[in-house]
Amino acid sequence: MALHDTQAVADEVLVERAQSGEFQAFEELVTRHERWVYGVVMSIVRNREDTEDVVQNTFLKALEKIRSFRGEATFGTWLRRIATNSALNCLRSRGKLARVSLDQALHEDAEGVIRHPEYVADWGDDPARRFEQNQLRVILQTAIESLPDKYRIVFVLRDIEQLSVEETAQSLCLSPANVKVRTLRARLMLREHLTRVFGETPIAVEVPTDAGVGGETPAEQVLRSYLEHPIIQQGGSP
Amino acid sequence: MKCEELLRVLNDYIDGELAPSFCAEFEAHMRDCNPCEVVVDTINKTVKLYQGNTLYEIPFEFREKLHKTLAEKWNQHHHSQG
Repeated sequence: MALHDTQAVADEVLVERAQSGEFQAFEELVTRHERWVYGVVMSIVRNREDTEDVVQNTFLKALEKIRSFRGEATFGTWLRRIATNSALNCLRSRGKLARVSLDQALHEDAEGVIRHPEYVADWGDDPARRFEQNQLRVILQTAIESLPDKYRIVFVLRDIEQLSVEETAQSLCLSPANVKVRTLRARLMLREHLTRVFGETPIAVEVPTDAGVGGETPAEQVLRSYLEHPIIQQGGSP
Repeated sequence: MKCEELLRVLNDYIDGELAPSFCAEFEAHMRDCNPCEVVVDTINKTVKLYQGNTLYEIPFEFREKLHKTLAEKWNQHHHSQG
């Protein structure tokens, strides 16, 4: 049965069909979930080659285990757990090995033979809008990639995957207090980064006569000192 | 509430986990402190931007390869299971 026009079919139904041996149903599940699985894994491991390994292994594992999937969680949640754990294991196993940055990898790809045009796709109705979306994506990528691992990964799990504090703590072997502190720092760092891109006219403030550095208000001084020397503790060490 | 105190409970406020009594104080502070109000607003916007946008597109070539590999494995798997 063709599945192209059955977007309304629930994941649960597709899982049942896949369990009874229908590859098209399984492939439709892959198509539905592959984009965010790829995005989340890439956000964690930050390396295209490792990401492709982790994503492929995630779906291979799903393929092997689909028959024993009992539906206690949704298919998406189940898949997310496999993907997140595989990505974290990949990061752990890489340990202190030197990382090949995405830039280097792309640069290496660009050298050598001239490639035959093989990526053929329509540009859609509004290429300008797509271009803007791509620019926004680059801004968001640059900001999140500037975060140290320990903050970036917590942000990905908490705010992008929307895991709870407890689930995030469990996945990373951290205390919930640590997760909260790291989430706050990650959010503040990203906000700071994005404000430098998106910020309009700086807020006009009444400068008190005893103003500090560069005419900062007391609130700005607190924020600056916080960002430079984060000291917030919420019942645990960061 | 002072700006520094606001920062201490900022996460709980954003996650909707701040006790109602604190919430009132938090919001009262924001009404009087424009920089804090903007920080809270822009943190919310930051989180929403990351939730609402695909950060990394799955490369076309990889997607093709993935589906091909899965089709092969599916056949092997189901063949071996009879």
